[in-house]
Amino acid sequence: MTRIVIVGAGPAGIAAADALSAAPVEVTLIDEAARPGGQLYRSPAPGLKLDMSRLLGSSHGAYAAFHDKAAGLCRRLDYRPGTLVWSIHGGAVHLASASGAAALPYDALILATGATDRIMPAPGWTLPGVFTLGGAQALLKDQGVAIGRRVVFCGSSPLLYLAASQYLRMGVKVAAVIDSTPFAAKLRALPDMARAPATLAAGLRAMAELRLGGVPIHQGARIERFEGEERLAAVQCRAGAGQLVRIACDAAAYGHGLRPEAQLAELAGCELRYDPVQRLHLPVIDGDGRAGERLYIAGDGGHIGGGQAASLSGALAAAALLDDLGLPASDVDRAGSRRSLARLRGFPNGIAAAFRWPREQVVALADDTILCRCENIRVGEVRAALRQPMASPDANRIKAVSRCGMGRCQGRFCGPALAELVGAGHAGELDRLRAQAPIKPLPIALAGEAAP
Amino acid sequence: MGSPLLLRIASFETKQVRFTCDGRPIAARQGESLLAALLSAGDHLRRHEGNGEPRAGFCLMGACQDCWVWIGPDRRARACTTPVADGLQVSTIPPAPAGFA
Repeated sequence: MTRIVIVGAGPAGIAAADALSAAPVEVTLIDEAARPGGQLYRSPAPGLKLDMSRLLGSSHGAYAAFHDKAAGLCRRLDYRPGTLVWSIHGGAVHLASASGAAALPYDALILATGATDRIMPAPGWTLPGVFTLGGAQALLKDQGVAIGRRVVFCGSSPLLYLAASQYLRMGVKVAAVIDSTPFAAKLRALPDMARAPATLAAGLRAMAELRLGGVPIHQGARIERFEGEERLAAVQCRAGAGQLVRIACDAAAYGHGLRPEAQLAELAGCELRYDPVQRLHLPVIDGDGRAGERLYIAGDGGHIGGGQAASLSGALAAAALLDDLGLPASDVDRAGSRRSLARLRGFPNGIAAAFRWPREQVVALADDTILCRCENIRVGEVRAALRQPMASPDANRIKAVSRCGMGRCQGRFCGPALAELVGAGHAGELDRLRAQAPIKPLPIALAGEAAP
Repeated sequence: MGSPLLLRIASFETKQVRFTCDGRPIAARQGESLLAALLSAGDHLRRHEGNGEPRAGFCLMGACQDCWVWIGPDRRARACTTPVADGLQVSTIPPAPAGFA
């Protein structure tokens, strides 16, 4: 029977699995996490008494519906949690898990690998207490712990107000929200944002909740420094009018929107193209998620659009796959889903304007700021590498010379800022760091088993 | 280890698990991640191999590898995705190679 492999059990992967459930195909659903949900629908660890309905508020209905569906599917499918896909080649996904390494050939592949936070390095961002915005939410949902007792939410992201309101609802002190995008920019983007009214309403609700809770909100304020000796003690920002504001805290949730986890897409042969609005390289896919020969991409791993878009794109990718294989069509409403998806993904300019990536900040960073947190490579070292004579100083050459991006995260967290630093010297497209297998570090003990 | 970095807002109704970090006994609950347990008992997970500065993880979702700890003589683990277990001997610095102690 035809074997379909789906990578990722978040909203996109589960929607794809659901749309394939009546088809004459064998589905293997692989997920690195222990339980389905991805980041958005991450669920409490077994035995944790966490009130998810209080934490999620009005989005609890969607969460509960997702988990109902996922639980049924995971029982019926070949579901493999706790399993990393570390490479894709030769028509097979290469797996690593506690039980060892294996290769699994596929007839068609759906990648639903999700996204991680895009980060602008800042002085002190490696201090204990500074975490990603997505991580602050993940830890709360999965483990029932907050990242601190007095938390600052900072950066520029649709998740900023949402995450802060979740913390507030769970009784954690939110010291401040520092949003680097000015309020005026958000107002200008409003007509565009209104194309996704549910998302916009959720954002406005979160903002109102924070104001009602007495949380100071600084908009148009640049993050200057995370301050502290052995751990975070304060966040310094420069407010719109230019004065320095110092907010005492013991934790900060920091992020500038999301970037697709596109490493597996690249290894599977998908073309990545520079998007000048988001200033990221994105997988090239058609409206249904076709990304290459027997390859489909759904959810935020293709285009950032949130949970609802992820779910629609997962179903569409599965339907496209069945069509392409000449198998009986699923009952996915293709035309309706395409329309909704186009609406949800159709305003990248609005998102980019309302939640601005502060790209000019990288040029202003002092030489002693750490750019690559894995290898502790400072901005000045990358600048020195850029001054060396070389034929084409692209990001991968600079990585080779400076080691920035060569550490264990493989450039996930320094990559966007490195690209801006390299790109500051010339006009046009930014570079990107190429993906390499294994896409995450593997214990060397697996190497023997993993060898083809 | 310093005072706890994290704040617990919901409890585990599971059995108690005991392990050590740098020789210090730590009590946690089954289902807790090493990261949640260690940062509920202290303020960092490891020291950077280069300059010794403290680190406590960053992405909290298995992508950044900033939360690596060492377990026993030869295993390393990502604290954010590794559950606690009875008897684990966790270190925040790499164990010395045998014969070089």
